[in-house]
Amino acid sequence: MSKEPVAVVGIGQTKHVAARHDVSIAGLVREAAVRALEDAGLAWSDIDAVVIGKAPDFFEGVMMPELYLADALGAVGKPMLRVHTAGSVGGSTALVAANLVAARVHRTVLTLAFEKQSESNAMWGLSLPVPFQQPLLAGAGGFFAPHVRAYMRRTGAPDAVGSLVAYKDRRNALKNPYAHLHDHDITLEKVRAAPMLWDPIRYSETCPSSDGACAMILTDREGAARSPHPPAWVHGGAMRSEPTLFAGKDFVSPQAGKDCAADVYRQARITDPRREIDAVEMYVPFSWYEPMWLENLGFADEGEGWKLTEAGVTELDGDLPVNPSGGVLSTNPIGASGMIRFAEAALQVRGRAGEHQIDGATRALGHAYGGGAQFFAMWLVGAEPPPG
Amino acid sequence: MSDVLSAPLVVEFPFTRSLGPVQSAFLTGLRERTVLGVRTEDGTVLVPPVEYDPVTANEIRDLVEVAPTGTVTTWAWNPSPGRDQPLDTPFAWVLVRLDGAGTALLHALDAPGPDAVRTGMRVRIRWAATRTGAIADIACFEPHDGEPGATEPAEHTGEFADPVTGIVTPARLDYVHTPGRAQSAYLAALEGHRTVGERCPACRKVYVPPRGACPTCGVATAEQVEVGPRGTVTTFCIVNIKAKNLDIEVPYVYAHIALDGADLALHGRIAGIPYDQVRMGLRVEPVWVEGARHPDHYRPTGEPDADYDTYKELV
Ligand SMILES: [Zn+2]
Repeated sequence: MSKEPVAVVGIGQTKHVAARHDVSIAGLVREAAVRALEDAGLAWSDIDAVVIGKAPDFFEGVMMPELYLADALGAVGKPMLRVHTAGSVGGSTALVAANLVAARVHRTVLTLAFEKQSESNAMWGLSLPVPFQQPLLAGAGGFFAPHVRAYMRRTGAPDAVGSLVAYKDRRNALKNPYAHLHDHDITLEKVRAAPMLWDPIRYSETCPSSDGACAMILTDREGAARSPHPPAWVHGGAMRSEPTLFAGKDFVSPQAGKDCAADVYRQARITDPRREIDAVEMYVPFSWYEPMWLENLGFADEGEGWKLTEAGVTELDGDLPVNPSGGVLSTNPIGASGMIRFAEAALQVRGRAGEHQIDGATRALGHAYGGGAQFFAMWLVGAEPPPG
Repeated sequence: MSDVLSAPLVVEFPFTRSLGPVQSAFLTGLRERTVLGVRTEDGTVLVPPVEYDPVTANEIRDLVEVAPTGTVTTWAWNPSPGRDQPLDTPFAWVLVRLDGAGTALLHALDAPGPDAVRTGMRVRIRWAATRTGAIADIACFEPHDGEPGATEPAEHTGEFADPVTGIVTPARLDYVHTPGRAQSAYLAALEGHRTVGERCPACRKVYVPPRGACPTCGVATAEQVEVGPRGTVTTFCIVNIKAKNLDIEVPYVYAHIALDGADLALHGRIAGIPYDQVRMGLRVEPVWVEGARHPDHYRPTGEPDADYDTYKELV
C-alpha cells in the first residue's frame, strides 16, 4: 500500500521576541497551536495526536516539559510524543508527525516546537564543566568560526559575502511580522562595521536569542479537502545523522547533509534543485552558512555557493530566494527554528507568506540542522499533491 | 578498574520562570496567605491551578479560594531530608486535598514519626514567616484537629497588589562523572606530557583524545599510539569577546590543531605569536604549565608552514 499523501493545512507562530515575560511555557506554545488550528479551521477535538519538539531541557530547566504541556496542547487522552535532535529538532519533529499521517497511524496531527531562551542561558546549557576535559575556550561562535574560515580558504570566497547574507536576511525580516529582529535602519555599512566577535564572524552575522513557538497541523487527503485555505503537500522528507567528531568529518559540507538532501530530491523527483525549487528556508545561524549550505544542498557546485549569494540570486527578488522570512539570523528560538524553516517553506507554496511571499512559488525546501553538524532534517513541499 | 578516573560534576543554574496569569495569581496568593485553585468546565477545583482544562483543552481562568486546611490522601515517610527540602528534620511527603479542592497538592508534613501519619488525617498549612510568592511560602503542613474549612470555595479575582510575575528556580544536579578507560589512559599519559591516542583496528584512523571506540566503524579501539607533540593549525578563529569564567585576555586565537600522527584535530589556544599573524598551516607545539592537566596553549615551532594539501583532509 502506498503512503498517504501528507498536507500542511494549518500554521501558527508566536511573534518571536527576546523575552516573553508575560506567558508561561504553556502559554507560549498555546498561542502558536491556537493560531495553527484557526488557520486550519479545526478544533482541539479534530486533533488525533500531538508531536512536540524542543532543544535540550537545560535550555529552560524543565525536565521533560512535554509532560506538563499536555493540557495546553489538548493532548489529554491522545498520543503525545517528544522528539529531540538538538537544533534540527523542529524539522525532525515535523517529519515524525508527517510520517504518522503518511503511515495512516493518525489522520490529523498537531506538531509544535518551541524554545523560551529567556528562562536560561543556552551557552551555559551547552558548556557544562565536565571533569578532566579541557574547558571550551570560546563561546557559541567559537565553535562555528573556524569552519567558516575553512570554507573561505577552500573556496576563495571574498570576506564581504557574510555581510551580504546578514544584510539580506535582516531586510527580509522587515517583511515578516513574526520575525524577532526588525531593524528598520539597517544598512550594509552597519553590518560590515559591526565588531568581529569570533573573527571571521561579526556580531551582525550571528543569530539572536529568542522566545517563540511554531505549530503546524498535518493531515491526510480527506483533511486537506476540508481545509479552508490551500494546503502545502509534502513531496519528500528525510533525516540523517552522523557523529559530532570523526576522522574525515567535513564540517564545511557534512556528508549527512548531502545524503539527506539527495534522499529528499529523489522522493520529490527533483533532478535540478537550483531550477526546480522556487524558495529555500535553510538553517543559517551564522551568515556564512548560507553559501556553505547552498553547496551542501546541491544548489551550487562545490566552491561556488558564495557566487550565488554575491550575485544576488538568493535575494527576495533573485531566482533562488533563500530565507525570505529573515531566517535564523533574524529569529532563533532554538528548538522552534527548524520548524519555522519547514513552516515558512509551506507558507510559500500555500501563497500565504504575506509580504515576503515569492510570487508563484510552487516548490519550496525547508532545512534544519543541529548538534555539531550532527543531525539534518529536510522537507520539500509543493502547491500540488505529490504525483501518483 | 582502579585506573579509571571519576570526579563530581555539579550542574546548577538559577532558571528564571515567567509565570503567566494563573501561576502568577497562585504564587502571589501564597504570599498573601491565600490558596487559589481554578475551576474546570466540569466544576472540579484544581489546586494548584493550571491554565488549560485537562478535559476540554479550553483556557480556564475561573479562580477560587480554598481553605488552608485539608485531608492527607496519601503519604511517604522521608527519614533523611536532602538539600533544599522543605524541612531539615525527618518528615512525611504528603498529598493534601485542601477543603474545597478536588485535587491534592504535594508538600511536606511536619510529624514526629511515621506512626503519627495516616491517610485521612486532618492537616493545615503552616505559613512561612517570610513569604515571597513561591511554593515555599507554605513552610509545610502540620496536624490539625479544628473545624474543617468551607467545602464550597469562594470566587476570587486572582488580583493582588504588586503581583509576582516571575520567579527564580535554582536547579542543581549532582553527578559522578567517569571518563572511562580510554580517556583515563589518555589523561595518565598527559601527566608525563605525552599525547596518546588510539587507533581503530578497522579504518586505522588515530583518535585523539580517544573515546574507546571508533565512531564511524563502531568497533572498540585499544592500540595506543603516541602522537605529536608537534602539530599543524588546520583552521582557527580570533576570539574578541570575553567568555564567562575564562581568564584569558582578548583577542586570542582558538585553533584546531592536528597533532602529527592524529587523524582529527583537537582544539587549543595559540600564543607566543601576535594573534593577527596566526595562519592555517602554522606549525605549533604544546606549552605546559605546572599543575595543569592539559597544555596551557600551543606556540609556533619556527618550522616552515605545512602545505595546505598535507592537512586539508583534516580541516
Ligand atoms: Zn574506524
